[in-house]
Amino acid sequence: MNTTKRTSLNIQSLIPNRATFTRTFRVAAWLGWQIESNWTDPFLFAIYSIVKPLSGAAILVVMYSIIINGAFKSPIFPYIYLGNAFYMYVGGVMTGISWAIIDDREHYKTLKYMYVAPIHMPTYLLGRGVARFTVSSLSVLITILFGVAFLHVQIDLAAVNWGLFFVSLFIGVIMLAMMGLMLAGVTLLIAQHVWFIGDITAGALYLFSGAIFPLDVLPKYLRPVGYFMPITYWLELLRRSLVGSVAQAFPTLSRFSNTELMGILLGLTVVFAIFAAVIFFWCEHRARERGMIDMVTNY
Amino acid sequence: MNSEQSSATSEKWSVEKNTGLRFFLQTVIARAYPRIIGQQREKSWMFFDILLPMLAVSAYVFVYRAIDAPDEYVGFVVMGGAMTAFWMNVLWSMSSQLYWEKEMGNLSLYIMAPNSMMAILLGMALGGLVATTLRALAITILGGWLFKIPYEVTSFGQLFLVFMLAMVALYGMGMLFASLFLLLSREAWHLSNLAQEPVYLFSGFYFPIKSFNFWVAASASIIPLTLGLDAMRQLVFPSGAALGFLSVPLELGILSGLCVIFLTSAKLLLAHMEKLAIREGRLTESRR
Repeated sequence: MNTTKRTSLNIQSLIPNRATFTRTFRVAAWLGWQIESNWTDPFLFAIYSIVKPLSGAAILVVMYSIIINGAFKSPIFPYIYLGNAFYMYVGGVMTGISWAIIDDREHYKTLKYMYVAPIHMPTYLLGRGVARFTVSSLSVLITILFGVAFLHVQIDLAAVNWGLFFVSLFIGVIMLAMMGLMLAGVTLLIAQHVWFIGDITAGALYLFSGAIFPLDVLPKYLRPVGYFMPITYWLELLRRSLVGSVAQAFPTLSRFSNTELMGILLGLTVVFAIFAAVIFFWCEHRARERGMIDMVTNY
Repeated sequence: MNSEQSSATSEKWSVEKNTGLRFFLQTVIARAYPRIIGQQREKSWMFFDILLPMLAVSAYVFVYRAIDAPDEYVGFVVMGGAMTAFWMNVLWSMSSQLYWEKEMGNLSLYIMAPNSMMAILLGMALGGLVATTLRALAITILGGWLFKIPYEVTSFGQLFLVFMLAMVALYGMGMLFASLFLLLSREAWHLSNLAQEPVYLFSGFYFPIKSFNFWVAASASIIPLTLGLDAMRQLVFPSGAALGFLSVPLELGILSGLCVIFLTSAKLLLAHMEKLAIREGRLTESRR
């Protein structure tokens, strides 16, 4: 007789009801905020949140200014500056969500308690990303304001396509959250190098998504990677909504209209979201079966 | 058991203990050993430690290419990217190391053991330096090959001297920070995280430090990598001297001074902080 008992995924249990979703998300967001911010006083936390992103932006500004001799009105400058500013969301949201697994499993050693609590785990992880999203939003805002005030980044508030901006931003954040969930799933299954996984993914996307240089600069054989990434279209839409003139200066995506870009972004977001959900639940299922939920690697 | 048997047993089990300088060096080697051997046992670390800086280096190289920068700037980026490995090592494996040890419960064992904490820090530095040099070398060679960078070393002797002095001063700084971090808890992680980008900026990891005004560059020179990197670029790239902040001999002199200052300060501060941490009961606390 075959005594092996196969466990299978119960699809219904994967979708939370509204009350569970709201409760889990709210509490996870609050918890995430406490973890992110209460290690110091608000003043030092504000400095921490501002200095890091501004320094990252300043590296690019100095690199640009010593070569171009301060010609900040050239379209390449807002391309680089805004791409870099909005890219902060990638590190914040995507890495923030997957980092919750590392924090809870390795540092606080509470992941097993989260799994026995009456919460919906993916919602909990998404909620944990809210704090990093908030801090990233502050950093993006300050970086852009700094660029407008001191570096001639010309954003005409009356000419900004606000509708396109907010819709793109919203879809982009959802897409990043889904990618974060995918990473969180993978993190559940690995013991080694979990600390690097978020940084390496964010670093690779920084290189391939044309965040700080047009995709045409990449060698031809690497460009398709950028075209497959939704972040490439997301950043282009954000740039177009804020400074439309940038789009005409670079041929990479100029053949696409805003509607077409939005369609591509939406399509890729849906594909990545489905992919993320499948990967997360599969990894979670494997982690449960292998008894890895309460693993402490001390790696 | 008669007295002869007793004396024979005690002789059999007696262990000759090292003291003084021999004991100090033994501790240094013992602490350096896991860092060097650990790398051989877990080679995948090497892959990730090279890949992560290479991604940043590649992104900055393509930015320079997008704005048609001269080729030597690409070389500056690769060299800066290689040196980030040392800064990361000093931040995460020197400065905040005692915080990790505290988290894992090893710190109290270090303090209880009869060896010098200075020897432990020196061992950590030595092990970290050897392991990181391999990574930095790999990044330099890989970056040079990928982006076709023409290295033209004008003086290997000076280059070696600059590198060694910069490393001694840098790891001395790491030892100084490690003693400061003895008092820290959860904030240690955040402070190390905070010290990355600003230092990349002010030390000129991706552009010549001469681009800043004199006083900004002079202030940034307190971080040994600033002058070390500047001098190395002058010695490795044909146009490096024209873009250098100070002359190489002067930078060598300042780096020598920084070595003395950081190592002495680390010794004094470590003794003070250790006493303070014991008095305030911070050695075994774990505020998560």
